[in-house]
Amino acid sequence: MTEKPKLGVYVCHCGINIAATVDVAAVTEYALTLPNVKVARNYSYMCSDPGQLLIKNDIKNEGLNRVVVASCSPRMHELTFRKALQEAGLNPYFLEMANIREQCSWVHENRDEATAKAKKLVAAAVAKARLLEPLEAREVEAEPAALVIGGGIAGIQAALDIADAGFKVYVVEKTPSVGGRMSQLDKTFPTLDCSACILTPKMVDCAGHPNIELMTYAEVEEVGGFIGNFNVKVRKKARYVDFVKCTGCGDCAAACRMAGRFLSEFDAGVGKRSAVYLPFPQAVPAKYTIDPESCLFLSRGKCGKEPKCVEACRAGAIDFTQQDEIVEFKVGAIVVATGFDVFDARRKPEYGYADYPNVITGLEMERLVSASGPTGGKVKIHNGVEEIIPQEIAFIQCVGSRDKSTGNEYCSRVCCMYTAKQAHLIKDKIPGANVRVYYMDVRAFGKGFEEFYDRVRREGVRYIRGNPSEIFRRKEKLVIKVEDTLTATPLEDEVDLVVLAVGLEPRADARKTIELLRLSQSPDRFFLEAHPKLRPVDTATDGIFLAGCCQGPKDIPDTVAQAKGAAASAMVPLARGKVKIGAQVACVNEDTCRGCGFCAAICPYSAIEMVTINRMGHPVEVARVNEALCKGCGSCAAGCLSDSIQPRSFRDRQILPQIAVLGVLR
Amino acid sequence: MSEQFEPNIVAFLCNWCSYAGADLAGTSRVQYPANINVIRVMCSGRVNPLYVMNALQQGADGVLVSGCHPGDCHYMEGNFYARRRLGLLKELLEFAGVDPRRFHMSWVSASEGHKWKEVVEKTVEDARAAGPFDQFRRRQIDW
Repeated sequence: MTEKPKLGVYVCHCGINIAATVDVAAVTEYALTLPNVKVARNYSYMCSDPGQLLIKNDIKNEGLNRVVVASCSPRMHELTFRKALQEAGLNPYFLEMANIREQCSWVHENRDEATAKAKKLVAAAVAKARLLEPLEAREVEAEPAALVIGGGIAGIQAALDIADAGFKVYVVEKTPSVGGRMSQLDKTFPTLDCSACILTPKMVDCAGHPNIELMTYAEVEEVGGFIGNFNVKVRKKARYVDFVKCTGCGDCAAACRMAGRFLSEFDAGVGKRSAVYLPFPQAVPAKYTIDPESCLFLSRGKCGKEPKCVEACRAGAIDFTQQDEIVEFKVGAIVVATGFDVFDARRKPEYGYADYPNVITGLEMERLVSASGPTGGKVKIHNGVEEIIPQEIAFIQCVGSRDKSTGNEYCSRVCCMYTAKQAHLIKDKIPGANVRVYYMDVRAFGKGFEEFYDRVRREGVRYIRGNPSEIFRRKEKLVIKVEDTLTATPLEDEVDLVVLAVGLEPRADARKTIELLRLSQSPDRFFLEAHPKLRPVDTATDGIFLAGCCQGPKDIPDTVAQAKGAAASAMVPLARGKVKIGAQVACVNEDTCRGCGFCAAICPYSAIEMVTINRMGHPVEVARVNEALCKGCGSCAAGCLSDSIQPRSFRDRQILPQIAVLGVLR
Repeated sequence: MSEQFEPNIVAFLCNWCSYAGADLAGTSRVQYPANINVIRVMCSGRVNPLYVMNALQQGADGVLVSGCHPGDCHYMEGNFYARRRLGLLKELLEFAGVDPRRFHMSWVSASEGHKWKEVVEKTVEDARAAGPFDQFRRRQIDW
């Protein structure tokens, strides 16, 4: 080292967040006793402008060349302070932070213990800071394109925003049509505008946009690379229908031998479909798909003499020889908008969803009241004896939400309002029907929600506070056993139809997405954002953003807002055309490397290659790091036999002094 | 009655899961023993088994390594390397006559602040039961 280290230590009070538990003055005084420390100060908010100015001035006036900030987590403010160093003309990587807030003052009550620990953490940071080296962050080109996973309203909105800004967007949707959950809904609360009417134009825009390449009935198989340079592999599943030739006329579905034999996924199991199908009339693209599991010809190899669909299709579009197709492309950013599944009501067996045909879920109700639904919008239900128009209707809220027994402690945020909306629609469609809602609490928190809830009650929908314990059948009626908890009256309520307001859950295949993209989950199992307040659309992985219900239950306006946020964030690297890549990458000491290649075998990113160099006249093999691919995890270093490969800023010689300090000091 | 022995623990936490989980414990004001001293590394795969030995040599009574749950590693495979290397080390430590209660590995995700508390409590309790460690003596800071 050419220059003797001169350290400044800055201890933050963080208001009283740190100062109430840690004696900051004592820590500051202690810091001055540590080797190479020239300046030590404490200040109420180090991250504030005046706080940063303290550091900058000391760098200039005192000639500091290393800085230790003892404050919050480096995950919080490392970048802030690095920038301060840079502005003062110091290499930003000459910074080390001691986390005396999240991992000290906030978790220990005893002032003496917390102060002693803060001193140790500061000493360890000083020990490391002395040995830091200057690093340069480098920039690489970013591919001006984005991938959007999921074609629901979140994915559509994000894709449209990015595409409108002039970037290429690949939208990958698992089902044969875009539209997602929103397309299954009839009306939207609280304004009662028709869901399809506001959604279909966007679906059409998404499919027709010159900058959008829409891949429906496709799944992302592999994602490699990093921000600005993700390599994506997508499997376009065989539709067995020629995409270009199909006119969407529907003759095939009508002719299918298995017509109307299978539960329609789109109709939430209320309606039926053929083996060859269009999920719903307004589907985009309006191209038919053959489900290989339900198609006789594809599952059993035989469908009469010849499959009827082939005969029926005048365009000659049916093609049983089609194979899955793998497409590969490069993008600079990814928006994850994979949506949600509804709670499976069978997991609450006391409500008899699996036993009685007239116990249905909220999503099934949407399809029943929808004019494009299987009943043409008529609320007709089979009560086990006959088909009836129900007169006595009960809604049960919080099914699979706010319920520890199902593992879902969270509120699903939409059920109170969709129940109110459906209650209103039923009142509208079945004049004279008696509608009641069994609830725990009504949460009408959004814009216009409370007013709508009030309107529904004025229309004669009764709200009864109580969580039903059981539903059973008595003759042609269903009996709900419940206690009205406001009057402490046990009730047995006889009804024709029970609608379970099922909550929202993470997708059943969320695990796959997590492994694909290295996402994290929050305790509620939805995808975890980078910061609950300040980075709600980011993930821990740079360049990957979240939109919609995959991050947590939300209604349509919130979903659209988040999608627009994710799109804006995703456009940052695309618009800049460049991304900064980490400077804390591994480097090899070619003098000591013995060329065993262990590190190359360990590296999860294949960032290490073996090259031949000339060592004192002899050709020898050594490892070399491709810095654009290296992420700086350091797995190679822990496996190196000669300590020749080391991640910058996390070298052995930087970590070992930390260990020594934390071990020796008591 | 003699005063309760307070063990000194050195912990290595990966930046993405366990360190974030420990931060969350802080944000949630979860209280746990102050005996734990954290060193942040980018990945549990960075933890050279020798670090564990070195910590014990330098005066730690117990060592904890914590990373992302297997399968959730931010760097895809780093924690698998950690699991394999440190699993071997654990056996080696036992063979060398080191009380196995002195070395712990755990998987704590960024959302598991409460699990972090439990892990810390268990590690501290075990090290306390194992008593002061002075089998390997070095204890020297080379400033």
